[in-house]
Amino acid sequence: MSEEKSDLIDVQINGEWHSFPKGTRMIEACREAGVEVPHYCYHPKLTSPGNCRMCLVEMGMPPRPRPGEDPPEPDEDGHLPISWIPRPAIACANTIAPNMGINTESAMTEECRKGVMELLLANHPLDCPICDQAGECSLQEFSVEHGKGESRFREQKVKKPKNVEVGPRIRLDDERCIMCSRCVRFTDEIADDPVLGFTDRGSHTVLTVYPGRELANNYSLNTVDICPVGALTSNDFRFQMRVWFMKETKTIDVNCATGANVTVYSREDKIYRITPRQNNDVNSDWMPDSHRLNFHWIESDARLTDPLVKKGDTHKQATWQEAVATSADALASLEGSEIAVIASARMTNEELLMTNRLVKHLGAGHVDTVTRTGEADGYLISADRNPNTNGVKLVLGLDDPGSQIDAIKEGIEQGRIKAIIALQENLVEDADFSADLLGKLDFLLTSYPLANPTADVAHVVLPSAGWAEKSGTMINVTGRLQRLNQVIDGPGQTLESWEIIRDLIQATGGGNGIYAVNDIFKQLTQEVSEFEGLTWGQIGDLGIPLIETGETIPLLEREAERKAKGLIVG
Amino acid sequence: MSAIQYRPGKEPHAKEHRVVFKNVDRADWDTSLKTYEGEGGYEQLKKALGMEPKAITDEVKAAGLRGRGGAGFPAGMKWSFLPPNNEKPVYLICNADESEPGTFKDRYIIHQDPHQLIEGMAIACFATGAHLAYIYIREEFPEGAEILEKAIAEAHKAGYLGKDIQGSDFDLEIYIHRGAGAYICGEETGLIESLEGKRPYPRIKPPYFPAAMGLYLCPTIVNNVETLCHVKHILEIGSEAWAKTGTPNNTGTRILCVSGDVKKPGYYEVQVGKVTMGELINDMCGGLKEGRELKAVIPGGSSAKVLRADEVFTVGRGDDARELTIWDIPMDFDTLAACGSMAGSGGVIVIDDSRSISWILNNINNFYAHESCGQCTPCREGVLWMKKITDRVVAGKASPTDIDTLEGVAKNIDGRTICAFGEAASWPTESFVEKFRDELVGDTKTELEDDFLNAEALTAAANLR
Amino acid sequence: MSFAVPSDLEKEIDDRITHYPVSKRSAVLPVLHALQHHFGFIEEDAVEWAAAKLELEPIQVLEVVTFYPGFRQSAPGKCHIRVCRTLSCAMAGSYELMDSICEKAGIDRSGVTHHNPIAVSDDGKFSIEFAECLASCGTGPVCLMGDDFHEAVTDVDGLLSQYK
Ligand SMILES: Cc1cc2nc3c(=O)[nH]c(=O)nc-3n(C[C@H](O)[C@H](O)[C@H](O)COP(=O)(O)O)c2cc1C
Ligand code: SF4
Ligand code: SF4
Ligand code: FES
Ligand code: FES
Repeated sequence: MSEEKSDLIDVQINGEWHSFPKGTRMIEACREAGVEVPHYCYHPKLTSPGNCRMCLVEMGMPPRPRPGEDPPEPDEDGHLPISWIPRPAIACANTIAPNMGINTESAMTEECRKGVMELLLANHPLDCPICDQAGECSLQEFSVEHGKGESRFREQKVKKPKNVEVGPRIRLDDERCIMCSRCVRFTDEIADDPVLGFTDRGSHTVLTVYPGRELANNYSLNTVDICPVGALTSNDFRFQMRVWFMKETKTIDVNCATGANVTVYSREDKIYRITPRQNNDVNSDWMPDSHRLNFHWIESDARLTDPLVKKGDTHKQATWQEAVATSADALASLEGSEIAVIASARMTNEELLMTNRLVKHLGAGHVDTVTRTGEADGYLISADRNPNTNGVKLVLGLDDPGSQIDAIKEGIEQGRIKAIIALQENLVEDADFSADLLGKLDFLLTSYPLANPTADVAHVVLPSAGWAEKSGTMINVTGRLQRLNQVIDGPGQTLESWEIIRDLIQATGGGNGIYAVNDIFKQLTQEVSEFEGLTWGQIGDLGIPLIETGETIPLLEREAERKAKGLIVG
Repeated sequence: MSAIQYRPGKEPHAKEHRVVFKNVDRADWDTSLKTYEGEGGYEQLKKALGMEPKAITDEVKAAGLRGRGGAGFPAGMKWSFLPPNNEKPVYLICNADESEPGTFKDRYIIHQDPHQLIEGMAIACFATGAHLAYIYIREEFPEGAEILEKAIAEAHKAGYLGKDIQGSDFDLEIYIHRGAGAYICGEETGLIESLEGKRPYPRIKPPYFPAAMGLYLCPTIVNNVETLCHVKHILEIGSEAWAKTGTPNNTGTRILCVSGDVKKPGYYEVQVGKVTMGELINDMCGGLKEGRELKAVIPGGSSAKVLRADEVFTVGRGDDARELTIWDIPMDFDTLAACGSMAGSGGVIVIDDSRSISWILNNINNFYAHESCGQCTPCREGVLWMKKITDRVVAGKASPTDIDTLEGVAKNIDGRTICAFGEAASWPTESFVEKFRDELVGDTKTELEDDFLNAEALTAAANLR
Repeated sequence: MSFAVPSDLEKEIDDRITHYPVSKRSAVLPVLHALQHHFGFIEEDAVEWAAAKLELEPIQVLEVVTFYPGFRQSAPGKCHIRVCRTLSCAMAGSYELMDSICEKAGIDRSGVTHHNPIAVSDDGKFSIEFAECLASCGTGPVCLMGDDFHEAVTDVDGLLSQYK
């Protein structure tokens, strides 16, 4: 055996031999071999209590010769025969061993699964038709596959609390709980907020939140995601929409620089739910509640749906053509040095590249973006609440984003700056520009998804797409390039920022043949050295490391530690 | 030995061989250190402190001492499972939870001869390198806990515990930890969780074998009270002499606790395998009650599979094979295992022909339904289900297929749980149904076949899709 | 009424905690035992007091309290009786013993459920519950009267009179 190979172990899974690194859990070995082992309590990011017993499989080891007996002969590949053990083993917590056999299709394995299913269903309310989890309940899923059609359970079911408010965002149905303890382990091990626990014992065990306490931490909704049944449900999503009717879009969270990977569930241009999507280099399997729930504004009444042009004191609805032409006229009479462009670190790299073009085309004397910071929460939320500050630095070429804002204000004050193009930023509320100050401008253009005080004083207001309504790329806090994917169409006449900028450039006499966001990405790869040679497809669903920032994500660091200790699979 | 006077009516039976129970029921005995020292108390500890720790483990190994708590695992071998290059602290826990129904032996050691246990523990700690030890005692022994605390304080004062014991440089603290009424705290990993202040949810093995990852995830030895007492006697007479008592692979003496339908229930310390079931019941326990016949025996605590009175057991292999009636079974680990049951904790429950099997099984199922920790699916859901079925059998509200279901549920638990409670809870049902099916079915009514208590179950299948 | 732990009890508890040099959490059971011994049962304030004492979340203490039948969450009678229910004692007449004690002490067990296993006599002198095997199966039926152990109980009047 070569040195490299010595860390690999040969395991037979359903008759076929495979090699895996030493220490691999049986369940993960099976998964890699394309064999799914049903499981409830096991979660690779949490400790393994082995309590649900759903993952029991038939397992075998090489036969142990009796005293005096000859050891068995290996076959031509060096594999020994397998002597199957009469007692099943849990695949989730046991690690593989040399020459181990795993059979997930044997009569014994099948019997175990059926048995566990029957027992899990014994006291489980069989009200799937009205259960919110229907369609994504692993109990329902496996029971169709492994359960018996008809229950032998003739007794009265154990009664437990139903519809318990365990926190501001979550309800619990204890009769549905299968006591897998995933939620308890999550709150204890990941969220450091052990407010959930089991009380009483045996069949009467109930999951409880301590009286007077709440499951209220900012990661609480992750328990809903990992609950394998409909015991924990989200108040925000409950009874909103059956999961099988919804479209799933993979994209990223834009509420901070971490850029948690998410799946957005939508139907007919309405978003119903956002859940974290596993990315071990970004957010593991988790995301903060505050971020996942921050999508209702998308369908707010305050959405801007049509371009507006100020005529006298009032805004009048206009066509895109009118609005853009009005802007071009106003800008044409100004020197570049009199124009400031304030873009946003919420924009994609593609939008930022277009912004850069605009700046150059107009010869704008001033350019900056608005910073947005808060406390890092020590888990996933970054202190930088903009999703693409690294993009601003790289693509827009700003060394110190936000540092020019004061100078721009001063320029307006002194009359040196006469026009501002505010892209995706609300200057009054988010950058402390007073309406009076903005009133000194000859021309203020703003593009934004929502009506706001900056728009109130703008000469031209352009309705732009929100994050869910556009595609592009962003660079997160650790320097990872990730894809933002369009989930729904924007309302009314909204356009994506890159389109808006393209139109502005064209209306002011510039030209380029850009018709799709992919075209801009191609230009990025030609114009920004870090992007050189990249393709859109290469970025994939999980992104790729682009630059070194030296930043880390605390939650991931702690998971790595637990993984190193062998507590979790990771 | 003849000098020992026992309290009137409490004299050991002639077939007994008292070692660990030597001082139980003695007329001139109390729990004080003085009394204990008067009979050579703590001499073996002193001897041990002069030995190589490994030599003690080797003696215990050579003696073949098997655990008296239930599983019968060789104690010396368990001790040698401590990781060789271990740098973590080692802990020792004495399992004094005595909660297997039918078992009542540790109680008497604790209440009447506490120093014997402390000396045995101290020797075991020295052998295994433990400097901190706990006695996990069930809460229902409040007086026992007090007696042990007092004994520990005395031993401490006399320099048998604490720092630099007897000038040997060896430090040891022993503390009492009281349970709170849970059978599962007898299971060693449940016990450890309980001692860590958590719910006593047993841990999965692997990886949590106590000898490798026990209390506070450090190497930990868990032994039963009786097992630890034997350690002292092995040192006293040497492993060779000790192993001469009992029978090969079933060495030493052990205490059998007999309860149920015999004239003289009680505890009897016998050489393992030297006394048969017949001798135990008929001679030592004075036989069955007047006019009664034997129906069944549960030989090793309520978790052991029941033996029917008229069974013929084939034990031994090949040329050694022989047939035994229940009366001929020598009370040792290996033969009881060969008979399809186990010696377990030594609790022998005798059942005569006046008893209803349904009632007996239901009582047992009640126990397990009450004691399941509820952590793992098969046991949590299965034991209550079994109890509910036998509740109905006893109440005359069950149908014959319920007995099949009962058996099916037991088989769904057996071998599929986190801890051995699963077997403990399913073996009684499996064995009673197997051996007394006719009687159980006789207590059911065919006309109840379609009687569903739980209407939900009928619609279940439809709803699942 | 606010919950207050007298200083000598707290001292006893602090002393117990020293028996667990590796982890304070290990002292949950002894702390609860001491509190129950003093107050008769574990009320919610006691759970919170114990949690604060051991620097735990209250749920971590409640999980333990509710697991063990040895901890009561409601007030027992002056003398709390535990009758062994398990096989050998049942064979020796423990169910009959339970009925007899209830009758003579004036206890109505009809409201007993899994979550509420204890019944108290009208005069508050006695409370009773079944316990599982008390490890004296050879001398059944057995019971605990408070901390006192009684074997082969036949004379219920005599037994009760000692605790009146
Ligand atoms: C459900 C269950 C209950 C047990 N109860 C006890 C007990 O009360 N006392 C005991 O010594 N061992 C008990 N055991 C066995 C212990 O797990 C462990 O094997 C024993 O304490 C080891 O000591 P020994 O090797 O000296 O027998 C129990 C095991 C199980 C599975
Ligand atoms: S609520 Fe859900 S996640 Fe929590 S223990 Fe119950 S089934 Fe598991
Ligand atoms: S087998 Fe029973 S007692 Fe053991 S861990 Fe599972 S539920 Fe608990
Ligand atoms: S997944 Fe629950 S026991 Fe393995
Ligand atoms: S059965 Fe009552 S003490 Fe064991």
